[in-house]
Amino acid sequence: MPTFVYMTRCDGCGHCVDICPSDIMHIDPTYRRAYNIEPNMCWECYSCVKACPHHAIDVRGYADFAPLGHSVRVIRDEEKGVIAWRIKSRNGENDLNLLAPITTKPWGQHIPQLANQPAPSQEMRDSQLLFNEPKYIRLDDGDLHTLESNGLEMKEGVYY
Amino acid sequence: MLTTNPFASLGLSETIMQGYVILMFLLVVGGTLIDVIHKKSAQYFFETSQKQQKNARRSITSGDKTSAAISVLLNEVLTSAEFENPMRRLSHLFTMYGFILFVVSTVVLIFGYANMADAGIWGTLWHLGAASLAFGGYWFWFVIRVDVSAEGKKWYQLAKADLFIVSALMMVTWALIWSIVGKGGIMITESISLCFVLFVLSATTLFSTVLWSKFAHMFFKPAAAFQKRITKLDGSQENLPDVGEMNDPAIQARYPDIPEYMGTNPPNMGLGIKSEPPRHY
Repeated sequence: MPTFVYMTRCDGCGHCVDICPSDIMHIDPTYRRAYNIEPNMCWECYSCVKACPHHAIDVRGYADFAPLGHSVRVIRDEEKGVIAWRIKSRNGENDLNLLAPITTKPWGQHIPQLANQPAPSQEMRDSQLLFNEPKYIRLDDGDLHTLESNGLEMKEGVYY
Repeated sequence: MLTTNPFASLGLSETIMQGYVILMFLLVVGGTLIDVIHKKSAQYFFETSQKQQKNARRSITSGDKTSAAISVLLNEVLTSAEFENPMRRLSHLFTMYGFILFVVSTVVLIFGYANMADAGIWGTLWHLGAASLAFGGYWFWFVIRVDVSAEGKKWYQLAKADLFIVSALMMVTWALIWSIVGKGGIMITESISLCFVLFVLSATTLFSTVLWSKFAHMFFKPAAAFQKRITKLDGSQENLPDVGEMNDPAIQARYPDIPEYMGTNPPNMGLGIKSEPPRHY
């Protein structure tokens, strides 16, 4: 279900207008608050929901993980580097809180300075490996990490 | 010039000027009441409050409610803390206090010193209020207004939402020009100039269009801010998740990804996408 805006919470800052990849979050010409101008075109990417500093935008999640009348809300806390979700059922009996890191280092730092890297040799150019491979896919630890090499196996589940 | 009472030179009777101020006051009160009925604001806030009480995780006392009301008054009302953007907050403070100063000094000048050029400090306050509103308002209009800053519209592209800010700006702009130019401008009668007529027209537009303008935000925004604070106090927090502190051992035990990927004492990660203003149109 597409995004919608709680008008009393919105202060018309424009963050959702700026971030919407479909360019469908805009400012209402009467109230100067954000609204979704074309709900049919919203693919529920949650960019605006996470960018809103007032948590004024909401989305109803898909019925396969949260049935009718539920609430799925999110807070993306940049300074703490985490994202928190809360899924609550209609009767409030199922109230699930989730928290996960979204960065391990401060934003904007530790960006690879590619301009300072030496130019690739002809041998590197001819190779099938991409920049920083095999280091980044940890081939130098031994071989490719697979379920088998890590002692894991695929469990039966629901596959579409 | 900037310290005197501009209304003294009009030559209008006190009754006409005082009648006009009372009429404007009644228009604001009436417009607000019709706005509340039309938008069903009271019903909305009541229903949201009921929903919130159902989701409450702890009960709150009347003392909590009083402290929330005081916080709203000190933060959201008196210092416009709602705005995340510090420039917008500053501009709003100039506009808001300028408006209050301008309206209060107008009332004092008309009811207390209608035909006296020397009105003590009130003449200066009237000009200061107008200048403050004009400064904050034009800053907002040309630079900060979201239509300009995020939508990429030109400052001269008008919409219905501009009724409030444009009429307020026109009111103080014509008021200042009228006060400074005095009888040097285009005169309609012996004492009434065109600038004064435009000032009165702008003021009438501002105060008579509450139903169609953003004027009513002054009344419902504090209610919304109060409700938001109550949701935090009673734990309902609009169904938003708990974030907590990342160095809290309980959080780390519950979400082992935090210490594994971020360490036991995660640093402040600073601002990511919010480090840039939303101007990528």
